[in-house]
Amino acid sequence: MISPLPPAAVFILGALLIPFFKGHLRRIVMLALPVLAFINLIHLPLGDSWVVPFLGQELVLARIDRLSLVFGYIFILIGLISTIYALHVEETLQNVAGALYTGSALGVVFAGDFFSFFIFWELLTVFCVQLIWARRTRLSMGAGYRYLLFHAAGGLILLAGIVMRVHHTGSIEFGLIGLNGPGSLLIFLGLGINCAWPFVHTWLSDAYPEATITGTIFLSAFTTKAAVYALARAYPGTEALIYIGAAMAGFPIFFAVIENDLRRVLAYSLINQVGFMVCGIGIGTQLAINGAVAHAFNDVLFKGLLFMTMGAVMYRTGKINATDIGGLYRTMPLTCIFCIIGAASISAFPLFSGFVSKSMVMDAAGGEHLRLVWFILLFASAGVFHHAGIKIPYFAFFSHDSGLRPKEAPLHMLLAMGLAAFLCIFIGSFPQYLYSILPFQPVGYEPYTVPHVLAQTQILFFSALAFALLLLSGIYPAEIRCVNLDADWFYRKGGRFFYGLMDTVFNNVNRVCDQWLAKGVTGGINRFCRNAPVRISWWLLMPFYRLGKHAAEKSRHYAQTIKAAVENGVVPIGLSAAVSGLFVLLLFFLN
Amino acid sequence: MDTKTPDKKTYLFDKPKNVRRVFIFFYSTLVVLLIAEFFVHKHPHFPWEQWWGFYAVYGFVACVLLVLVAKYILRPIVKRREDYYD
Repeated sequence: MISPLPPAAVFILGALLIPFFKGHLRRIVMLALPVLAFINLIHLPLGDSWVVPFLGQELVLARIDRLSLVFGYIFILIGLISTIYALHVEETLQNVAGALYTGSALGVVFAGDFFSFFIFWELLTVFCVQLIWARRTRLSMGAGYRYLLFHAAGGLILLAGIVMRVHHTGSIEFGLIGLNGPGSLLIFLGLGINCAWPFVHTWLSDAYPEATITGTIFLSAFTTKAAVYALARAYPGTEALIYIGAAMAGFPIFFAVIENDLRRVLAYSLINQVGFMVCGIGIGTQLAINGAVAHAFNDVLFKGLLFMTMGAVMYRTGKINATDIGGLYRTMPLTCIFCIIGAASISAFPLFSGFVSKSMVMDAAGGEHLRLVWFILLFASAGVFHHAGIKIPYFAFFSHDSGLRPKEAPLHMLLAMGLAAFLCIFIGSFPQYLYSILPFQPVGYEPYTVPHVLAQTQILFFSALAFALLLLSGIYPAEIRCVNLDADWFYRKGGRFFYGLMDTVFNNVNRVCDQWLAKGVTGGINRFCRNAPVRISWWLLMPFYRLGKHAAEKSRHYAQTIKAAVENGVVPIGLSAAVSGLFVLLLFFLN
Repeated sequence: MDTKTPDKKTYLFDKPKNVRRVFIFFYSTLVVLLIAEFFVHKHPHFPWEQWWGFYAVYGFVACVLLVLVAKYILRPIVKRREDYYD
């Protein structure tokens, strides 16, 4: 048997083969990649393997432990689901970028050293941008460039932190870091940018809704979850994360309520869900970390499912704004059912996957008596039901009848959605299988207690009541075609202001310099140099001419004679000898 | 891509009767949930979790506040024309 490869290698090598195949063969290759990657992964031994000596240090390309394995499993699984979902896309760029993106995410998760971690981390950005640009609209081009700049900046902050850290410790091993000193703070911030922390979250809500229909499924799974993994690895129990996570869980729901583009609503709710994970990592108890990891696992599935259903709507109708669609349950019943399953899972309905993981983080917050955080998370739980659980299915599939009667989603999309929906219900109903792969064993958490089920059901049903009453009374904010400003205003408008400012300042400096230096001073020097021989000769000879008779009348004539002679290079020998001699004398005296 | 073909067929929720059924089911579930709470023994982290109807009220109030804040405070601040960034 051949020895197993590093986890990232299967996807990355496979991606290079994709362009050589066409049609069904290419589909088979693409579907085989996740399967092979999974077989490869389970054959890798626990602990570090693929340790490569590098500049006196060691690169670890396959660090297999319980934490990296959970993320590895879910990344491969969503790789398979999104590949099935994207089977109709036969576009080499997207096919290859999708596989490479999955490979890079696996590379990040299984990297045991800073060097390979950073390389894969940057590759995530590179391939993600391809999936955004592949939509080839003006908006996606802009969003892609902003995404690239944002993550390039984040990558540099991370790199600076890594360099300081490695310089300080002398080792490139990537493991537990904790907040201690400037290096670790920069790494923390660098990871935070990919994790979509408040104020640096805008790349997510900006770019994800602009990516291709199939690309967004990849996007929603990898970048943020890879960052969650890195935080769980390097900064578990860091108190700041509790409050950052709570803020992430709280603020996006307000934006989601007034957002019209349903994929952007999902992008905001993605931040909200990642907030739960970040908060769990910050709490840092075994239950909290298990909860954060389990929630990341579930979120990849249900958020992927929701993005897939919205993608199917977009694929069939070409529209995604709540104002343009509605009433689609009539002709897309299966997509509608899958969407409701995804919505129930994200809202943490009992028997659906969100219930068994979100409650672990809530319980951990309660167990640590973090009162404020607990209230915010509870608020976020109600809010997520409101905007993702009800708003998404309601405005897409019910609400007003848009008159659209699109066909049901194509078979492969239904298969992908069906698989994700099945897993959402399966994990929700039989959580022990998910719990058995979590980092800390035994998990010892029981989600299905009567008070918990009742409390959660009450909170959800009464949120639904609030939605129903607000909608019936007309208070619920009408869907409006508009742009909602977010923190990206500062660089989108600020960027333009900066451009304008720089334009005015530097172009004027340039103009002034041109006038004074290029035209004025240079011209002056030029003129001076051109006239210098004449002038110097005149100054030197003038006193002698003045000694002669009729000096006053003749000086004009002499001046012209000298000028003509010097300018045309026909100076009589006597005159040149006299000037040279006088010049030497002058130098002699000046010295 | 456009599949706008008006049809005369009536679908599940085109009949008001069906919509009414959903609402009746929904409202009765709310009542059942509140009644059920009398029979549940709780072991909470915080004292207020023991109050009857705490989760129901919190869920309702949270969502009303969420919508009111989003509509009357956030939207006026952040809403711009669709071509704002063009």
